[in-house]
Amino acid sequence: MLKISHLHKTFNTGKVNQVIALHDVNIEIQKSEFVVIVGANGSGKSTLLNCISGSIFPDSGSIHIGNCAVDHLREHQRSKWIARVFQNPLSGTAPDLSILENFRLAALRTSSKGLRIGITERFKNTVKDRIAELGMGLEAKVHQPMGSLSGGQRQALTLLMAVMDGLEILLLDEPTAALDPRSAETIMKTAAKLIANHQLTAVLITHNMKEALAYGSRIIQMAEGQVRRDVTGAQKTGLTPSNLYEWFL
Amino acid sequence: MEFYLTAILQALCFSGLAIGIFISMKIFNIPDITTDGSFTLGGAITGVLLMAEIPPSLSLLVVMSAGALAGAFTGFIHAKLNVNPLLAGILVMTALYSVNLSLMGRSNIPLFNISTLFSPAFFLQDLNQNTFIVLLVFVVVMLLVIGYLLKTDFGIAMRATGNSETMIKALGVNTNRMKIIGLAMANSLTALSGYLITQFQGFADINMGIGIVIVGLGSVIIGETLIHWLKVKSILTNLVLVIAGAVIFQLVLAVTLDIGVDANLLKLVTASFVLLIVSLPRVLSVQR
Repeated sequence: MLKISHLHKTFNTGKVNQVIALHDVNIEIQKSEFVVIVGANGSGKSTLLNCISGSIFPDSGSIHIGNCAVDHLREHQRSKWIARVFQNPLSGTAPDLSILENFRLAALRTSSKGLRIGITERFKNTVKDRIAELGMGLEAKVHQPMGSLSGGQRQALTLLMAVMDGLEILLLDEPTAALDPRSAETIMKTAAKLIANHQLTAVLITHNMKEALAYGSRIIQMAEGQVRRDVTGAQKTGLTPSNLYEWFL
Repeated sequence: MEFYLTAILQALCFSGLAIGIFISMKIFNIPDITTDGSFTLGGAITGVLLMAEIPPSLSLLVVMSAGALAGAFTGFIHAKLNVNPLLAGILVMTALYSVNLSLMGRSNIPLFNISTLFSPAFFLQDLNQNTFIVLLVFVVVMLLVIGYLLKTDFGIAMRATGNSETMIKALGVNTNRMKIIGLAMANSLTALSGYLITQFQGFADINMGIGIVIVGLGSVIIGETLIHWLKVKSILTNLVLVIAGAVIFQLVLAVTLDIGVDANLLKLVTASFVLLIVSLPRVLSVQR
């Protein structure tokens, strides 16, 4: 589904603050695989995710989604396959637009935003039904500006927005890092449910070892811009917190 | 009384400018000062075309397209060449001064005995009433078109571009293209204001755009204050209040002239007034 080959990325090439963010990264992710990526700060996780989404371009190497080479496509063009949830809950939504308007845009992620009024009664009811499934009582507030909600609520809605339109790959960039433990748990449970229900291919970056153990079918550790460990299936299920802890020693 | 009526009519002429600034500043969050140039551009083209006896309707089309082109240039320089928007606007505005002067061929074009949009033959005999109705039609049509546009899927994407660029990129919108379109729209409306004002005052002048961006800004800021007070959510009402802001602004200027302030000080008064409105919320909150 997602094939990353020989990816290299260096920031500030030739300067004193040169950073090798990615060095010959090769990863192949199958359809409906849920991959968790862990690694210390500066190990290249976020750079990798940004290269996949197209918000930055690698120096060399290639990325395929299905059979399509997406190297030359920009972020808004890759949105046809990819939906993202950002670390900062503010990044994934537009605060001054209403919840309904945010969802309308999300529902049009893969198609053009034309000159017609798309927020109809029917669309409104669809959105309300979807939001009601979260059990947060937000369905009564669809006309409120997104900015009036808490970070946790916004992040939950961002997740729902991701599946409003067809998608192949869901990228989760530390979605719970800015949230309190309870909200974080709700978000992760919601994410896991959506990924399972829609059979999504998902990539999650996290610093939370409990999340890394509890979720996903495969775990990749990155260090110094390279893949250090890649553990799948029963081996992943058998991992214990102390195993993970040792990885970081 | 006549004096205040003129101020209101003038404000209606400025409504395109106010909505234009609302689009660039409030919707796209871009401080665009191409305005001074595109306003004069609108006036210059109107003067030249009407003198050549081209009907006002056709002139309107040319004016709005030219304004859109000017805005698209600024948008292109900002979005594609990565130039600071303020600088992009200054560059295009400066270049437009020469363009306008070459178009006009001289610094002033008076429209004596030329049939304009406001010529009494159009509707009513009373000149002011006639002008008022013509302007009202313009304002209503503009409000309906822009109000509808901002409610469409395209319009929501536009509003999101200025509000959360990371999000809207991830949702498949080419934000560069969106900004170019937005600035084109804004400056097209500004040129429309130049078109109306030229016919209203009966001449086009190379300096008619100097400091005009402040008039638009002031109107938008007054409009914003009203929007906050009244807690308005509907986008159409937002637009109406921005135009109300333009009317209030012109009335305040009319009052200052009426109480005998020297007309040469008008720009000073304008700037001070805008400063007052901008700083008022802060001054009030400090007192509390």
